[in-house]
Amino acid sequence: MSRPQPRFPEPDTQPFWDATREHKLMYQVDPKTNDVIFFPRRHSPYTGSRDLEWRESKGEGTVYSYSVVRLNRHPAFKDLGPYAVAYVDLDEGFRILTNIVGVADPVNDVKIGMRVKVQWEDQESGIALPMFAPAR
Amino acid sequence: MVSQTRDAAIVGIYEYPKRKAPGITPLQIKAECAERALEDAGLSWKDVDGLYDAQDGPGMSGLSLSEYFGFKPNVIDTTAVGGSSYEFHAAHAKRDIAAGKCKVALLTYGSTAHSDARAIGTGGVGGVGAPSPIDNMQAPWGMTLISNYAMVAHRHMHQYGTTSEQLARIAVATRAHAMRNPEAVQAMTDLLYQDIREITTDDVVNSRMVADPLHLLDCCMVSDGGGAVVIASPEVVRDTKKPPVWIIGAGEATKYSENGGDITVSAGAQSAPVAFGEAGIRPDEIDIAMIYDSFTITVMVMLEDLGFCKKGEGGAFVTEHGLRFDSPTGPALNTDGGGLSSNHPGMRGIFLLLEAARQLRGESTSQREGAKLAVAHGNGGMLATSHTGGTIILARD
Repeated sequence: MSRPQPRFPEPDTQPFWDATREHKLMYQVDPKTNDVIFFPRRHSPYTGSRDLEWRESKGEGTVYSYSVVRLNRHPAFKDLGPYAVAYVDLDEGFRILTNIVGVADPVNDVKIGMRVKVQWEDQESGIALPMFAPAR
Repeated sequence: MVSQTRDAAIVGIYEYPKRKAPGITPLQIKAECAERALEDAGLSWKDVDGLYDAQDGPGMSGLSLSEYFGFKPNVIDTTAVGGSSYEFHAAHAKRDIAAGKCKVALLTYGSTAHSDARAIGTGGVGGVGAPSPIDNMQAPWGMTLISNYAMVAHRHMHQYGTTSEQLARIAVATRAHAMRNPEAVQAMTDLLYQDIREITTDDVVNSRMVADPLHLLDCCMVSDGGGAVVIASPEVVRDTKKPPVWIIGAGEATKYSENGGDITVSAGAQSAPVAFGEAGIRPDEIDIAMIYDSFTITVMVMLEDLGFCKKGEGGAFVTEHGLRFDSPTGPALNTDGGGLSSNHPGMRGIFLLLEAARQLRGESTSQREGAKLAVAHGNGGMLATSHTGGTIILARD
């Protein structure tokens, strides 16, 4: 069974997920104020402005916090073994919920403050999930 | 002390005694608790003219609950903000009574989360209901509710050096209170807790890791249960049976993940100063701290945000004061046994008001001698991503 997927129609986040098909990590900026907006929305949560721009992130950031899940009864996760759920702060100034992958032992190998880089996990639907692995 | 308002008081309380209640529905629990709480107050069914509900029943709850109960209330408030809903309701009831809109406000809660075998803490979060932008950015990552709170715990440890042993002290204090509360002991028995006794910090840190850094004994139970609270105007208070417990301050707030935000600070940092300001008292004057203990980290964060100590000093605070009913300094924490060891059917906020009222009446099984002032702080939603905070300050006559 696959992971829970983003569901549509959902116009606020549709452009974000469309871009993942090309492995592009997108975020929004208010060009008048330079506010960084994430999660994606039609309006700025800082001013209400709907005059926003999409930009592509380099996909590099640091782990803000994390937890290693030992028990999840959802069928997509229950046999996965321990996995790390994390907030990653991207260098462009936005925070994303994600998983940390590419580590042998998530319990000991994930640290707050560690540098990470986006790693895409393609889904059957054609979108891809941005996950993060230690930066080389 | 600035002049405190005395415009609404808790006059009737009832906590459903069972935590495993097969064969009864949440609505039936609500109605039974309502009848008992009104009896506790010396009021009757027909006296209720304000209905407050967290939408835990079917349909349009303001309407369906009125019909099910048989009420025709003048005030209907269905604020649904998760576990803190009942602190929001108490705040609104005080406001509505002060404005003369109603005289007898009823808050009820009923849940069969345990009998329904709901995996509240260890089920995946998201992916149900109508599509939403927030759900679309959270559902794929397998973030359980426990791991959500655990991210706050990790960050708290990282920023302030907080330890698992310090968090464990919260579970130790609440278990000590639970062992003195026969209903809590029965709850742990019915929910098949192993080795029901007072616990040590070693017991907590050596219990199974569920979502790093939170262990099994850092987490609340999933029970059935319910309760009711009756809040009334000063003129009604004159004729009620039990001593009134006045609502002297109230605050409400939201908090959510923001770019560059600090997840170790909760909505309580916004709601508590409003509530304490209205009450005209300081946190160090509080005898009883009823703080939503979904997890030990929830209490640690709230102790700081309520102003019992500075941000980041919660670990030292719990170590210094112990938080027991008989601790010589500091507040007594969750003297009923809390969600950790007595009662957590999903939305614990009502039990915070119930035990705070018991303490200020002198009726607790872990009575703090001479308790005069209590705070009930509810938390709804999820601490790391988005949540609500509702703070209620209570005083005896």
